Amino acid sequence: MMLEVEGLNAFYGEQQALFSVKFDLAEGGVRTLLGANGAGKTTVLRSLCGMVRTNGDIHFDGKAIAGWPTEKVVRLGVAHVPEGRGTFVRLTVEENLQLGAMTRRGRAAIAADIDRIYDHFPRLRERRRQQAGTLSGGEQQMLAVGRALMLRPRLLLLDEPSFGLAPLIVEELFHILRQINRDTGVAMLIVEQNAALALELAEHAYILETGRIVMDGPAAEIGADEGVRRAYLGY
Amino acid sequence: MQLFLQQVLAGLANGAIYAGMALALVMIFLAIDHLNFAQGEMATFSTFIAWQLLAWGCPYWITFVLVVAISFVGGIAIERVLFKPLHNADILANLVAFIALFSILNSADGYIWDYTIKTFPTPFGSKPLFGSVLIDAHEAGMLVVTAVLLGLLYLFFSGTRLGLAMRAAAHNPVSARLVGIRVGWMTALGWGIAAAIGAVSGMLIAPVVFLDPNMMFGVLLYGFAGAVLGGMTSPGGAVLGGFAVGVIENMAGTFVPYVGRDLKLTIALLVIVAVLMVRPAGIFGRTTVSRV
Repeated sequence: MMLEVEGLNAFYGEQQALFSVKFDLAEGGVRTLLGANGAGKTTVLRSLCGMVRTNGDIHFDGKAIAGWPTEKVVRLGVAHVPEGRGTFVRLTVEENLQLGAMTRRGRAAIAADIDRIYDHFPRLRERRRQQAGTLSGGEQQMLAVGRALMLRPRLLLLDEPSFGLAPLIVEELFHILRQINRDTGVAMLIVEQNAALALELAEHAYILETGRIVMDGPAAEIGADEGVRRAYLGY
Repeated sequence: MQLFLQQVLAGLANGAIYAGMALALVMIFLAIDHLNFAQGEMATFSTFIAWQLLAWGCPYWITFVLVVAISFVGGIAIERVLFKPLHNADILANLVAFIALFSILNSADGYIWDYTIKTFPTPFGSKPLFGSVLIDAHEAGMLVVTAVLLGLLYLFFSGTRLGLAMRAAAHNPVSARLVGIRVGWMTALGWGIAAAIGAVSGMLIAPVVFLDPNMMFGVLLYGFAGAVLGGMTSPGGAVLGGFAVGVIENMAGTFVPYVGRDLKLTIALLVIVAVLMVRPAGIFGRTTVSRV
């Protein structure tokens, strides 16, 4: 397994947000974390990147990365599309993409990758010289995904990629994510409120409730179980 | 008309120094959200080092480069030793650290080099430039050196990956970490560059105001006025603000009755108060909105 998490607890100050969370993810796999607002989904992603105080085991490629500083985890090839997109709003679209490749060397390869991102998201090419803060929400989400891909990650963490986007744009984005997963073999861990969509993309789902994983199983089964859907997924 | 032009050019020459100090203040302010009011003392200390090297017979331009390099390393060291541990501390802890840095450097100047006022050489000479009555050679030199410095900084920040990483770290540290930028080191680098800019400003102004431990006190106030005028969040604005304050100060001193030499510093403070009342973020600055 590329990513193995066991007995993970996370804390905001004195407040414990995750309790003994356990999950894993194979190379090239796509899994999703579902659950209501405040269940701890975002905290799981933040824990992986050393953005909250944790204890417990996190192994990536066999390395114990729990407690590592964020930038060190990123250098292992873990790209995080954070809640709120994390756009560098005062920099241009192209600078945002260049920043995604900050840990890489090789000008030509980086330029080629930027071009590839523009092929995925043609709107970004049109706006490459604009300040990123002037983009629409959907465009900023595309930019955030593009910036993360510039790392050439082995693991992509996506925090609510559908948040605040029009349904058509969400479909387009998920279509592109599926394509990227197929083409590059990057593993993905997706946190979503839009469970139906995430279950289509993922092969396996975990359901979080108040900081604990209360259920997990193949995405198709979870999606087909009406009781689960009604109790946890709200559709 | 000739007097007017003379005063504009002299104002711009002084303004170049204020612009340097303003830029140094803004660089650190963007990185750590605190105002480094020991910036002037750092610059004075650098200038004393330069004075010492020159007294030992080191040629001017070698001294100049050496002192810029020493100051750069010193700025990084100050951040690593003093301010990195205070990264998450509250504003008062930082304030105390700045006061400490201020007094340590100020006293060290006096202890090592004593408090007597020293002359500092200029490599440009103080004769009128090409026989012109408008500007003398040292003033022109101040302008040219500052312009070159600003140009190099602009190229660094707009055209290099490291410059881009520093801008990203200052604008959005959380996202910067998420793309693998070592934000802590970017902050240290910002301190180093600020210290180096301060050293240049100190060495350029010392021939005009003479060197003593309190040399930069007034200069820093003008620099601060420039930074506030242009916007504490805008490096370009701070530079323009610095030049503007230089010109305003000179104009007021020459043309406004009663101001003269004595009340020039008051003008700087008036500029600060006026800007804060009308446009608190400065002309080019942004208001930062934070959700509570």
